[in-house]
Amino acid sequence: MVQRSTKVMTLSEAVSTFVTPGCHLSIGGFTINRNPMAAVYEIIRQRIGHLHLYAHSNGQGVDELVGAGCVDRIEIAYAGSGRFAPTCIRFRRAVESGSIQIEDYSNYHMTLRFMAGAMGVPFLPTRSGLGTDIVEKWGFSREMRRNDPRIPDDKLLVIDNPFGAWANAQKLVLVPAINTDVAILHVQKADVQGTARIEGLTFSDVEQFKASKHVIVTCEELIEDDSLKADPDSNQVPHFCVSAVVHVPYGAYPTACYRYYDYDPKYLNEYRKAALDDAAYREYLERFVYGVQDHRELLSLREAADLAAIAADPRTGYAVGLDRR
Amino acid sequence: MSDYSLKEMMTIAAARMIQDGDIVFCGTGISMLAAMAAKHISAPQSTIFFETGAIDSLLEEVPLAVADPRVMFWTSVNGNLADSFATMQNRFTGKRVIGILGAAQVDPYGNLNSTCLGEYPRCRTRFSGSGGACDVGSFVPRTITFMQHEKRKFVERLDYLTTPGYLDGPEGRARAGLPEGGPLAVVTNLGVMGFDPDTKRMILTGYYPGIHPQTILDNMGFSIDISEASELRPPTADELDILRNRCDPHRLIL
Repeated sequence: MVQRSTKVMTLSEAVSTFVTPGCHLSIGGFTINRNPMAAVYEIIRQRIGHLHLYAHSNGQGVDELVGAGCVDRIEIAYAGSGRFAPTCIRFRRAVESGSIQIEDYSNYHMTLRFMAGAMGVPFLPTRSGLGTDIVEKWGFSREMRRNDPRIPDDKLLVIDNPFGAWANAQKLVLVPAINTDVAILHVQKADVQGTARIEGLTFSDVEQFKASKHVIVTCEELIEDDSLKADPDSNQVPHFCVSAVVHVPYGAYPTACYRYYDYDPKYLNEYRKAALDDAAYREYLERFVYGVQDHRELLSLREAADLAAIAADPRTGYAVGLDRR
Repeated sequence: MSDYSLKEMMTIAAARMIQDGDIVFCGTGISMLAAMAAKHISAPQSTIFFETGAIDSLLEEVPLAVADPRVMFWTSVNGNLADSFATMQNRFTGKRVIGILGAAQVDPYGNLNSTCLGEYPRCRTRFSGSGGACDVGSFVPRTITFMQHEKRKFVERLDYLTTPGYLDGPEGRARAGLPEGGPLAVVTNLGVMGFDPDTKRMILTGYYPGIHPQTILDNMGFSIDISEASELRPPTADELDILRNRCDPHRLIL
């Protein structure tokens, strides 16, 4: 049976409809894996600014959004791209120069914050962070928090265990829920209604999309019928959570997409080099982002042999023997 | 008699601390190599797991990030972040976890900074941030931290306390409300530091062949007890063979 749905859009249309200036945005993936890069580049190309960005450990996607000046505020646990950039370079410059405002949490804090948003509760408790500066030092001032109804008055709170000594815990850190305007995920397969399947690790993508008012799903394969229902145990995203479905092969490139392609070490190394120099970075943006119409055109600027080299091996899901120096 | 690098010595020194049956939380780089080496050397029944949710990855090739697709292949379970941190906060499984971390600064009580130098938030030098390190340091009973042995990295007072060690001493963790546990060792390019069971302050437990304990003190911003330290045995030919040829044949980390 062929289904028809208005959710299928072009990337340009999905981004201009749901990612508005100043909106609260989260992106899926982790460091150099399954970042929704095509969507990130489209946000940059449309020059959508003043974003309030949430992430746990996004590397490449965060660095490019920050580097292009799209982000005013970021709440994050980790900004690094593995061995390619142990600390994301443009992120580092932006924090040190004060051009973005930052609030630091841990990975579990951010995961729980998305989960609380997904569950519809104001906070969740954990024992992580007691005694640390993540609790003590705030990036967003009290005044800023009081004046902005979109962020909670407190970064987090420490309380005594309200159940006494139950479960052998004396104190807890409460981390506030996140509810975003839009979450963007890149997945391996989605159907035209929005049902979607992630292969390999899901990171915190499931909590992230459930915590968001709108969800844009970009996918390697767009399934025209309802055949994803033949293996429902493998699907994570119910269609009613999704606002837009966009077919973008290589939509995570230059980050990896398990069983489809690896990260591109050449691109990531070139990116690092450009990011270290302001003029070179402007050239990079001009050439690969502003200077192309879409992700397909960005890919056409890469050597065919380099794209062939990252093709995933069917047994392992990554490019065996890829030169990753 | 074989030649070896200090990086290889560090990796083997840490690998030797991993016990059979441990659940090993590892980050990127050298910590991954130490966990991989331990599985081949002394702890075949240990389980490597990553904060991204991958449990018992085969690791035919060395991953360059904890989200590298190489951690997703041939695992027992591919979970997610919520699962992996719950495994460490969990009262049963958490006790079996040993965490391997890295940091920009460490203090005498094994607290770590991986956030920034200078005044937070608009600091002089910004690093990646906690990632899962704060969670691991909060939850698990034993951690090993890899550091380069430099004065500016071994400091009396951290610029930012990202990851709890023993906080301010013997009762620090209990006062803060943290579970028992804390740092087991700090492994550097010069030697291995442990922590005094009573004072919880850092001590020198071992130095590498050819390194004088005084050199170690000279490269620290605070003083530690070196009276109990002894020379560590160099990596054996077998250990080096495993490390070089089975764990990192393409020299991506070593």
